[in-house]
Formats: sequence, structure tokens, C-alpha cells
Amino acid sequence: MIYLDHNATTPVDPAVLDAMLPYFSAAFANASSIHTPGQRARAAVETAREQIAALIGAKPQEIVFTSGGTESDNHAIFGSVAQARPEHRRIYPELRRALLAAVRNAPRATTSEPDSATHAAPTRSSPQTASASLTSFTPHVISTVTEHEAVLNTCQAIEQQGAAVTYLPVNREGLLDPAHLRAALRPETALITVMHANNELGVVQPLAEIGRIAREHQITFHTDAVQSAGKIPVDVNELNVDLLSLSAHKLYGPKGVGALYVRTGTHLQQLLYGGHHQRGFRPGTENVAAIVGFGKAAALAQHSLAADAARISGFRDQLELGLLDRVPHTRVNAPNARRTPNTTNILFSGVAGEALVIALDLKGIACSVGAACSSGAVEPSHVLTAIGLSRDEAKSSLRFSLGRHTTAAEIQFALNTIPAAVSQLRALSPTYQKAAGRP
Amino acid sequence: MSTTAPFETLPVREETTRGLVAVAMSGGVDSSTVAAVLQQQGHPIVGLTMQLWNQRRLPELQGDGPKEHRCCSLDDVYDAKRVAQHLNFPHYVVNFEEQFEKTVVRPFVDQYLSGRTPIACTNCNTDVKFEPLLRMARQIGAERLATGHYARIRRNDATDRWELLRARDESKDQSYFLWGLSQEQLSRSDFPLGELTKEEVRTLARDVKLPVAEKPESMELCFVPTGNYVQFIQDYTREAQIPLSQTEGEIVTEDGAVVGRHTGIHNFTIGQRKGLGFAAGKPLYVLSIDVAKNRVIVGDDDALRTTTFEVHDVNWVSIAPPVGPLRAQVKIRHKHEPAPASIEPLGEHRVRITFAEAQRAITPGQAAVFYDGARVLGGGWIG
Repeated sequence: MIYLDHNATTPVDPAVLDAMLPYFSAAFANASSIHTPGQRARAAVETAREQIAALIGAKPQEIVFTSGGTESDNHAIFGSVAQARPEHRRIYPELRRALLAAVRNAPRATTSEPDSATHAAPTRSSPQTASASLTSFTPHVISTVTEHEAVLNTCQAIEQQGAAVTYLPVNREGLLDPAHLRAALRPETALITVMHANNELGVVQPLAEIGRIAREHQITFHTDAVQSAGKIPVDVNELNVDLLSLSAHKLYGPKGVGALYVRTGTHLQQLLYGGHHQRGFRPGTENVAAIVGFGKAAALAQHSLAADAARISGFRDQLELGLLDRVPHTRVNAPNARRTPNTTNILFSGVAGEALVIALDLKGIACSVGAACSSGAVEPSHVLTAIGLSRDEAKSSLRFSLGRHTTAAEIQFALNTIPAAVSQLRALSPTYQKAAGRP
Repeated sequence: MSTTAPFETLPVREETTRGLVAVAMSGGVDSSTVAAVLQQQGHPIVGLTMQLWNQRRLPELQGDGPKEHRCCSLDDVYDAKRVAQHLNFPHYVVNFEEQFEKTVVRPFVDQYLSGRTPIACTNCNTDVKFEPLLRMARQIGAERLATGHYARIRRNDATDRWELLRARDESKDQSYFLWGLSQEQLSRSDFPLGELTKEEVRTLARDVKLPVAEKPESMELCFVPTGNYVQFIQDYTREAQIPLSQTEGEIVTEDGAVVGRHTGIHNFTIGQRKGLGFAAGKPLYVLSIDVAKNRVIVGDDDALRTTTFEVHDVNWVSIAPPVGPLRAQVKIRHKHEPAPASIEPLGEHRVRITFAEAQRAITPGQAAVFYDGARVLGGGWIG
């Protein structure tokens, strides 16, 4: 089986597996325990925290372990909106001063609000009851139409809870125009959330510039970096991000573990309540083995990033150019944008992408089409329609995502196999035959 | 960077597409047994389960009954996957929601709203299963599509045609829903259960320990699992923003005497007695529905019986389109015993049928299917 679906998930690197195994057996202890075995587990977790922080240029104490990218995204968005307060409004200093004065003069709530709101460096927030009574305040979030469902559906959930969300469009290359972002800013904007690399196209958003705008207006900036970390350099300071989501299984680590980077001083409400693990900010007994694997995977990624990127992008370009050359009526989606080195998304006109994925699977090539729903059926990708493809074009587009272990021989096999499979499909496609002017 | 590729343990699928047969799998016992039978016969197979209806839509229509009564439920998809894993063949879920809505659900609703009584399964066979699904099966390298239908296909070399026959198990026969298939579609289809009884199918399923061997059968239309069509029409039209014409109207006799009022013609079907909503001295039945006047016409049982009617969009299956009249047994609804009739062609796709004896409740929207013994000669839509 030739696996060209690394954006869906990656295999656990053998070195990562080796690093994890002791923590299932001999070193099984709870990292919160006082005893020596517990201390050993704690040390392993903290080493992993350092390894992950190093991958993204963060401080270890700014890394919060989560169950994966989806939880990190939920935490960033729900947690930021929950922390939004009228007095955080920007742009109108007079209004801000007036509101703050009103908050100070408002009668104090009798019960004190638990100040569990912030993680790294607690920032005092004023009593919710007082500020809520001041004015009807609608927190505003800015995102894009091509985000992963973990962000999009969370944004929809906060909309249902009363927040306002602006979904910025992207151009044909899948890129956000920073001018659109500036135009969408409101005094109540509490969060900007823009993904780093897109899962379907691989295109990389101009985060540094977006981050500058966010910083300029003192708006919290979150990015889902699940598809970029380990593939291209990610530095939270260069990108000016405050919150950043990571997932282990996209970079040769195990499934079920991820992280949220929280810049020191960021206003963020916690999502889960429980024990005192991770300073009580993200409770739950640490999944030590998975965290260790994540750390090892991050260290491997950091070490081999440049070499991997060079080799993998060479194979990707070979596959892409080879297919364009060998298969007529084919084009690359978002070809001109900066992309992650491993991803190509190709439109095979007149082909039912769903059928092509199945045909290729039967021939030993694993790739993907559109968005799989819970049953496994395929729906047209919202990302592809957002960059201007018709529903039919979106359904005719396949994603090939290469990985660290992809070989030249595998690319050659794919180049020998895919053109024949496409021809077979097109021969039986009434729409293609019609478009090609055949009876 | 690590150099050993960790893929050695992934299963390698050798070239299995030669003679490949695709099996349309609903997750039920019948289509699962088809897979088992074909595999035992030595065919390489691939399972395809159609996603036809999005469960997130109209959740109130899905009922709260047992899970197997929900349409296109994930449970059914997982059942099909479990069978494929149990028998070890590849299985995929394929999305035909748009096609299903366009060619099955929407026409079903439109027909109801125009006072007819549609059969969705026939459209689904003709326009979904044996059209885009068969095409996709062939696109992925399969030569044929096998389904769990109880019917038989036979090649007649003398006439150079594929013939459609009733199932050996008459009580399970589904040939009534398959009259729309073309020669091309029949030539690429397999109905392995056509020679078996339901009991034999269950026994086979148990013998190979299929995880669905004891699964109960679904009797209702798949997208209206509650069987409450009236409710479905109301909810669907609201969601699709199809304006319902005036709902209330008169119930009249054949002479035009008003005997009651109704709350929407889509609540009625020809021959219906129950639910007329008013008392009468004698049993009254729905004779016809006048859409233009928004009226339901009722009368006694005798008035329901007719002898002659026309059928349109006729498809000739086992025989070439006849030039002159012919005699056949004609079936006018799924549970109708085929009755002797003469069929007079009025053009290639239209016929007039005259029963030897008047038949009860010949209903517009239903199909008339013409049989010569076990052979399906053809069929078409009534009225």
C-alpha cells in the first residue's frame, strides 16, 4: 500500500514508538504522584513539554497538553470569547475609560468569581456580573471560510451562544487578504483565528502579517498549526500568535494527544474543570506515554525538518508535474501560493473523485477526496468551493499528501497507476465524454 | 529522521479487479448474504454502501423506534462494514444523496402533492442503484453489480435479450420494482438471491456467521422509516419551502354532493376507506382525487372497480416492443395478484390495458407490470 494521505494522519515513527513503550509498562506512574515513579513520569512529561516548545519557539510553561487539535481549537475559541469583556474594547479610548469607571462604581457581586481564567500569568478580570449588566456586549471573532471543521463548527457554536463571527473570504489561491482583515475589525473583536497551513490545499496563510495587525489592535490571535508544524518552520514570535493548536498524530506521533500554546498574559478561560493537573488549567491525568511520544515526534521533526522538506517537496513536485504531463484536462488547485512541501490537490476534470479514490485504493494507493462525513461518504470540500471551484470541480479533486517515508519508487508507481485509473473512469463518465465531444 | 518505513505491517492488497463484482450493501441480511454467496463462488468482490439521505435532515422523521428502523443510519453502514471485515473484502461508502433527492425523494413528494400515490423504490432502482451506482461500480473496475433483490435475470439467446423473471420465492418477489431496467443494466446485474427463499438466505447467513444474520427486516420506505408519509410530506415541504396549495377542501360523491371536508389531498390514496373523517350510512372509499378543484371523490366499493386504463413511460424488458396487442397478467400494485388482461400498444412507450375482470383501486402513480408467467414483459406508470 502506497500511503499518500499524511494530512489525514501519519504513522507513528518507530523511534517515537520506542520512546513511548516504557510508559505503558515499567514507567506507568501518574505524573502527579509524589513518589519516585511519579517523579519519573513527571520528568518525562516536562521533557516533552520542552521538546514541543522548542519546535515552535515557545517557553515550556506556555504549552498545555490537550487531547488533540480539536480540543485545542475549541479551547482557544471558547476560552477567548468567554474572557471577552466590554472594557477590553479597543479603538475608542473614551468609551473604554467610561466603561471601566462604570465597572469600578458598580455594586460588587456578593460571591467572588473564581479566578481560574488564565493560565500562564494570571491577569485580573473584572467581575462578570457587573460588566454584563453594563451593556449588551457581543464579542466578535474573525475567522476564514477555509478553516478546519474544528474551528468552523466551534465558531458556529459560539454564534449560537450569542457571539458574532466574521468568516473572511480567500482568493483563488486560498489566501486571506490582510486588507479584508483590517476592514473586518470591530471594537468588540476579541479573537482572530486563522489557520496556518490548510489541510486540503497545503497553502500557508500570511500569519506574520495577520499577527502584526492583531498585535497592533491588541486582539488575541489564534492559529491552527496542526498541518504546518513539523512540515515548515513555526515560530510563535515571528508569527505574532498568542494561541496555537498542535496535534501529535500529524507529525509521526500518536493519536489522541495535542497541545495548545498559550502566550504568557493571554486572556483565556479554561474549558475543563477537575483536578490540579497542568495547574488546574487543563485537568485530567496526563497521558504520559502519548505526551512522551508527542515530545519525541516534535524533536525528530525539528531535527529533520529542513532535510524532510527538501526531499518531500521534490517528490511532490515530481508527482504533480508528472500527473499534469500524463493526464489531460488536469490542473493543480492553488498552485501559486506558498504550500506545505508535502501536499498537492489536483483537479481531474470529469472524474468522480470518490470513484477515483476507491479505484486507486483497490490498486494500492491511499489518497483522499473532499471531506469524509461520519458514515465515510464524501461531501464536496468547502475549501475547494471557497477558492472558486464549482461543486463538480470540487468533487473531481483529489488530495495527495506525502510523508517522511515516501520513496521515489512509490512516486513512480503512483505515476504509472493514476493515469490509467483516470482514463478508465473517464471512459465511463457521461459528463467527460460529452465535454470531450464524444458521442 | 528515521529511515525504516513503518508500512510493512499495512495490508497489501494485490490486484483483485479481474472479474471483480461490486455488491450493493444496505447493511441488511439480504445484501450481506449476497456478498457471502459470491465470495463462496470464488468471485473477488467489493462492497458499496450508498449514503442516500442525510440523517441530520428532518430528524423528527427518523422516529424513535429501534435503530434498524432509521434510514441510512450509521448503524446500517457499520453493519455493512462489519460484514465486509468478517468476510475480508474491501468496502466503501459512496455518496448519492444529491441523486437520491433529485430522482427519488423530490418526485415522490411532487407526486403525492399532485394527488398520485408514488412508488419510490422503482425510481431508486432505475435512477440510482442501476444508474450512478452501477456506473461507479464499473469505474472502480468491477464488471458487474450484485444486489439483494429477489428476482432473476436470464439470457435468451433466441431473442438476443436479457430477461427479468420473478423470484423463485414468490412471497419475496421484487420484480414489480425492477421493470424500469434496460438491457444494458440487466446485462451487468446479478441477483443471487432470486433462486433462494428468505429462510434459505437466513440459513446461509447463519452458516457463515454473518454479524447481521438475525437482523430484522425493514418493511417501510427507507427515507420514511416511521411509515407516516403524511408527516413526511408536511415536514419535507416545510424544509424545502414548497408551498402547499390550499389544504382544506371538499369530499364529494360522484354526483358532486358534498359529504364532508378534508385537510389536504396528500392525506388520501385511491381505495382508502379508513380516515375519511366522517360517518356515512355505508362504507365509502376514495375513488379519485381532483387536484384542480382540491376535491376528494368518494363512492362505494363497486365504483372503485375498473377494467380499462392507460400506462405511460412503458419499458419493455424481456421482449422487444410489440407491434400488436398481446395477452399478459398485469399487476397494479406490490401486493396485487397479477390478473389476465390484454395490452394494446398506443406507441412504443404507451399502452392501454383491459382487464378480463374489473380490478379494485387502479391508482395513478403506481406501476402496472406485465407478466408472462414468471417473465416480466415490461411495465409502466399508471395514469
